[in-house]
Amino acid sequence: MTTFPLLAVLLPFIAACAGLLLSRLPHNNTRTSGRIDLPHDSTATSGRTSLPHDSTATSGRIDLPHDSTATSGRTSLPHDSTATSGRIDLPHDSTATSGRTSLPRNSTPTYGRDKAHTRAAWIAILPTAAAAILTIWLAWKPGLAYFSGTATPPTGQTYGTIVTGGLPISLTLQADALSSVIGVLVTLVALAVQVYSVGYLEDDPRYPSYSAFISLFTSAMLLVVYAGDLLVLYVGWEIMGLCSYLLIGHWWEDRGNSRAAVKAFLVTRLGDVGFLFGIFVLGTAAGSFRVSEVLARVPEMSAATLVTATMLLLAGVAGKSAQVPLHTWLPDAMAGPTPISALIHAATMVAAGIFIVARLFPAFAAARPTLDVLAVIAALGMLGAALAALAQDDLKRVLAYSTVSQLAYMAGGLAAGSDTAAVFHLLTHGAFKALLFLCAGAVIHHVGSNLMTQMGGLRRELPVTFVTMTIGFAALMGIPPASGFFSKDGVLLAMDGALSSGGLTDAAAFFLYGCALATVAVTGAYATRAWLRTFFGEARAVALPEPEPGTAHVVDVREAPRTMLVPVILLAAPALLLGFAGEPHVELGVAAVSVLLAALGAGAVYAFWRLDPVADPARLLGPLRAPCERAFYVDTLYAALFVRPVLALARLVVRTDDVVVDGAVRGSGKSARGLSGMLRLAQNGNVQLYVSGVLAGVLLIAVGAVVFT
Amino acid sequence: MTEAVPSYLSPTGQEIVFLLLGAVAVGSALLVVTTRQLVHAALWLVVCFGALAGGYLVLTAEFVAWVQVLIYVGAVVVLMLFGIMLTRAPIGRSADLDSGNRLLAALVAVATAAILVTVVIDGFRTAYTPLTPGRGAAKELGASVFATWVLPFEALSVLLLAALIGAIVLSRTDIPGGAPPEPDTAPRPPQNASPAAPRPHNASPAAPQAPQNASPAGPRPHNASPAAPQAPQNASPAGPRPHNASATAPQAPQDTSPTAPQAPQNASPPQSASPPQSTSSSVRPNGTSPPEQTVDDTPPDRAVDDTPPEQSGGH
Amino acid sequence: MHIVYPAVVSALLFSIGVYGVLARRNTILVLMSVELMLNAVNLNLVAFDVWLGDRLHSGQVLTLFVIVIAAAEVGLGLAIVLALFRNRRTVDIDHLRDLAEPPEEAPQTRPTRVRLQSTPEPAHPDHEHDGQGATVKRGGGPL
Repeated sequence: MTTFPLLAVLLPFIAACAGLLLSRLPHNNTRTSGRIDLPHDSTATSGRTSLPHDSTATSGRIDLPHDSTATSGRTSLPHDSTATSGRIDLPHDSTATSGRTSLPRNSTPTYGRDKAHTRAAWIAILPTAAAAILTIWLAWKPGLAYFSGTATPPTGQTYGTIVTGGLPISLTLQADALSSVIGVLVTLVALAVQVYSVGYLEDDPRYPSYSAFISLFTSAMLLVVYAGDLLVLYVGWEIMGLCSYLLIGHWWEDRGNSRAAVKAFLVTRLGDVGFLFGIFVLGTAAGSFRVSEVLARVPEMSAATLVTATMLLLAGVAGKSAQVPLHTWLPDAMAGPTPISALIHAATMVAAGIFIVARLFPAFAAARPTLDVLAVIAALGMLGAALAALAQDDLKRVLAYSTVSQLAYMAGGLAAGSDTAAVFHLLTHGAFKALLFLCAGAVIHHVGSNLMTQMGGLRRELPVTFVTMTIGFAALMGIPPASGFFSKDGVLLAMDGALSSGGLTDAAAFFLYGCALATVAVTGAYATRAWLRTFFGEARAVALPEPEPGTAHVVDVREAPRTMLVPVILLAAPALLLGFAGEPHVELGVAAVSVLLAALGAGAVYAFWRLDPVADPARLLGPLRAPCERAFYVDTLYAALFVRPVLALARLVVRTDDVVVDGAVRGSGKSARGLSGMLRLAQNGNVQLYVSGVLAGVLLIAVGAVVFT
Repeated sequence: MTEAVPSYLSPTGQEIVFLLLGAVAVGSALLVVTTRQLVHAALWLVVCFGALAGGYLVLTAEFVAWVQVLIYVGAVVVLMLFGIMLTRAPIGRSADLDSGNRLLAALVAVATAAILVTVVIDGFRTAYTPLTPGRGAAKELGASVFATWVLPFEALSVLLLAALIGAIVLSRTDIPGGAPPEPDTAPRPPQNASPAAPRPHNASPAAPQAPQNASPAGPRPHNASPAAPQAPQNASPAGPRPHNASATAPQAPQDTSPTAPQAPQNASPPQSASPPQSTSSSVRPNGTSPPEQTVDDTPPDRAVDDTPPEQSGGH
Repeated sequence: MHIVYPAVVSALLFSIGVYGVLARRNTILVLMSVELMLNAVNLNLVAFDVWLGDRLHSGQVLTLFVIVIAAAEVGLGLAIVLALFRNRRTVDIDHLRDLAEPPEEAPQTRPTRVRLQSTPEPAHPDHEHDGQGATVKRGGGPL
């Protein structure tokens, strides 16, 4: 039992290593699959004469498919040539041009890739499932104990100590109440995402490495969760950042995706610098990096130390959890595949920041200025992000801003002094936001576009997704039976209590509570808007153009494949029922207010929608709509404040390098050439001149010898 | 010798004569290096050498003096005149006998003179020797040469032989490896007039038979010949190996040889540009292809005719 | 006889020879100047032989040898001059500048390279319209 945390961390890590190593292997397979995919093309144009599985599968010559595409007159050349660059989108071609002929998905003759994908899928899923079982085992008793408030001793052990010369780093992995709860969330969501990805990325040649990265991410997150030492935690923290970068940039062929990945990496790195120094301050003040010892020493620390440390930690939290100053990366991170958005950018990684605050909550609770700052940040973040979500047209960006908003809820709950409420909301949010993202992935998978203007009327085509996503939206809005209602109610209750308890300054507490209540209404509004625009109204299915690389694939099925539906359904259960797990204590007043507000927001949107089902209900924002859509111009502001000056500085450096440094080098070379050119004048080929020189030299030597001896 | 150095102010007759001769020598030497006429320079050289020979006589070196007259005045200067003649130097005034770095040369020369004269005067101010006639007579010198210096003397004869051969090799252009390959086409035409043009014979036979041999700038006859499929004689040299060609060659020479003899005289001026001597001469010893075989007959005679002036130059 | 007299005469002759070697343009004149220098040496040899009174007459014998060697040298030198004349049609030392560095290679190649680069680019569209693959290829070569 004490080794369970280690096993839970190691299993996905080994899976990641194995997956990455084996992902080198199936390159042949992917290439053959690319070869085999091509016949689809020809069959689509030739009216589906017969699927030439056998011939091409056995022919093994790449010429033949090329010929077929060439004769079919379709310029699918980029796809042909990108056999190495991944993503072979040929099925798109066939469906797009043949007017959505329904090629049965199972008949896709991707034997070679299927083999590699199947292997990668098993390598990814089995260890994650095993880790999930371990974490559930770990969490069985202490997890429930966390919410009931009874403390249980952590299980785990120390695997050695790294002597650094200063403070030693103890390699401790342990599961206390908080860790075990979050661990369950992480592994279960990761498992769901892994299963989901099998279907979602079926055609992606880089699926093996993708699944390996998810495994690595799971391992890193579990390391963060179970780490008993702050520096060990930091290791996992950074690996998560790396995985986030890798996975956001999964479809790096599109320049925008790789830019988004770089942006996410840089912005979170900015916060991580503060985080690392916060760890240092806290560790040196406590004389140890062990979490338990740090927390034990908190009462002895001076207020200044605590404020410094927690403020620095807050920078890392803001970066990782996408809180207000550093939140801009999260909407852009939606460039990654949707399961990644569900896993990293909704359920787990961004929750790591909240987790850290909850983990070190005694330290934060003792630093009141930090809590005030956190409250203000959270208040600004939740309302602003909710408004931004209301104006977005991209379904994933709606969910992304919703994530920012909900994370701000948790941060607000923490600021209000209730870590249990925040963590509870973290759990339920992890469940329903993962559910929402996976459902959105199914929708996008179906429609082939992220934009809600191209969706509509999907409730008949995607009944399962409709139901599950409705549950998710209900939880997001906080409609009573769903989990979100209870957790959000807990958070609001904590904020309400903060007004009187005095954990925060009055202004901050008031601001926080007001923003939270407003956000409830706006949340109801944007959730209703997204729900209505996606599933109701007229079907706006248009003849889709070639999808951008980076958007999902178009598949012609009534519903998403089973590997995608099963996780969705399984996630719907906790999203609906998780609220009853944590011994819910509902305060009728607050609950009534929040439900009322949510209904108000939803009702307003519904009314606007009823007026004109085609138009965007976001128009109720009026003149605020444009700023909301641009997320209040924060990106523009950053671009003006930081990006452009830095770019200008970089250009200046480049020019300096070119003119001054290289100029010096080139100038010295040129001057040497010039001088040598002058010397070269003497070497004009005239022998007599040479002899004159020699004789003059001899004479000089003779004179010198006479004079100086 | 150091004892009782006579005064410089009361020169003896020998000294006066020597100084006069020395003045003549130096003056004529100056004229040699400053005159504007090449032939005059050679003639002033004769005067200078003659004055020097007189100086040797005064210094009692009779044999050296006569050798000087014989070899220098008799042979070397004549050789120089031949050289002037062969290089078609203009007779009479020519303005450009001095090169650009005249000032520098004068400077260096004056400095040399100053240093040497200073050192010599400084070192040998007190050196004096009475002159006893007969010390440099032929008998004494001959005894010395053939007794003490006989080995260097013999070595010198070898040196002379080497110089002779070298001069021949350098000046004769029909010896394999002797003459450098022709760099330019321009200098060729006038060369026919000069005696050093034995080459054209090699080229000439190719001309009457196959005009294409002359036309392509391909210097090698082998390369040129493939362009002529109509001429069987020319097709054979296409294999550059002489052995292959010789198999087919034997019939051809008889046909072409009658035309060949006339060809040299007629065709030599225009063709001289195309074939470089190096290749033609390298081919010739093998005697392979029909064109060259005809060549084989003529060039030796011609070469003998041409070379005498240079051979005489050798020594 | 004061040895200074022949020594000074020979020094002057030698210097005149140096001047001739350095200043004369015609190769044959240069050869003459070399002869002058050799004769200066000869005069020195004879004079000092007389002064030293060598029983072996080494000075005078050496003079003889020098004369012989000078004759051989003139023969060879003239042969070289003639070969030179045959090849270059000139015996002016000024014109024999093969020892010099080839004059300014870089400025010669650079403009041509630039021209090669600049011309095909405007030419590209035209060639592509024509569909003449060969010219396009030739233009693309230096790129």
